[in-house]
Amino acid sequence: MLSIPCPECGPRDEIEFHYGGQAHVAYPADPHSLDDRGWAEYLFYRDNPKGLFAERWQHAAGCRKWFNALRDTHTYEFSTTYRVGEPRPDVADPHPGAAPAGPSTPSNTPSSPAGGTL
Amino acid sequence: MAENTMTIDQSQASGQVAAGLRRTPAAHLTAEMAQVGERSQGAVAVRELAFPVQLGLRARPGSASATALEGVLGVPLPTGHGQVTGDPDGLHVVWLSPDEFLAVDVSREQVPGEGRELEDALEGLPGQAVDLSANRSVLDLRGPRVREVLEKGCHADLHPRSFGVGTAIATQLGPVPVVLHRYADSGYRVYPRASFADYLVRWVLDAAEEFCHEEVL
Repeated sequence: MLSIPCPECGPRDEIEFHYGGQAHVAYPADPHSLDDRGWAEYLFYRDNPKGLFAERWQHAAGCRKWFNALRDTHTYEFSTTYRVGEPRPDVADPHPGAAPAGPSTPSNTPSSPAGGTL
Repeated sequence: MAENTMTIDQSQASGQVAAGLRRTPAAHLTAEMAQVGERSQGAVAVRELAFPVQLGLRARPGSASATALEGVLGVPLPTGHGQVTGDPDGLHVVWLSPDEFLAVDVSREQVPGEGRELEDALEGLPGQAVDLSANRSVLDLRGPRVREVLEKGCHADLHPRSFGVGTAIATQLGPVPVVLHRYADSGYRVYPRASFADYLVRWVLDAAEEFCHEEVL
């Protein structure tokens, strides 16, 4: 079982948490200007990196607050957690060799078509 | 406002009539709870508190709303995880989240209209004060083996080094979300939501069963 450090409550077991998918996916600045493809990409297209990934979690059984975490999708290791609204911390990938070479999306760029950060 | 006042007056009148009628969520298990206390010779004593006052408070500590609430309560709001302020045998405030607190008074029974003073104090300010007395049942667990019973189903660290007297956390006991308050050296209060009270009491009685028999070495 993973031990996840909640920014408010400290380390708790994974069973108390709820996963919320990729973090920093910003709502489109002008949703009406999006075509169907752009809207679908905002709604459904997510990064799938092997390595560090910024994702949302909720401490469902504790303080019930949402927060963001940097987790390595290969080793499951949590590098850091931070409150919603705070910028993504600049943490070096602890296992840079794990990421495969080839055409992969950089994990720290939002996949939404029109910028802004959440 | 006149209509509101009338409603409260009516509910107070009906509250007095209903005083002998209302039941706590685990009232039907009173005998079983008492039996475990006897059979374990006090190693695990379980009982349910009758209708303690529980008020849900929402405000950021340090804000004008928090000051207003503290003025009425006479107890400062806790500022961090695990903290409880006030008298654990009387009125105390449990930290649930950075802006959410549970004020509990175990020394008296809830009456209709509870928390109106707090509501009035928040007039014009952001925040919330709600009477949540019927939201959760309050189980009182006492005895030298209670920590072992709780540790069977609680994922949080209950060792005294991280869960000392006067600590309260929101966590899970078995599959049930609860607030867990260690109010004395071997005294814990467990707050399951009312609809989980039956299940959780049976879970606790089952977990305490091994302490009702002589140890086999």
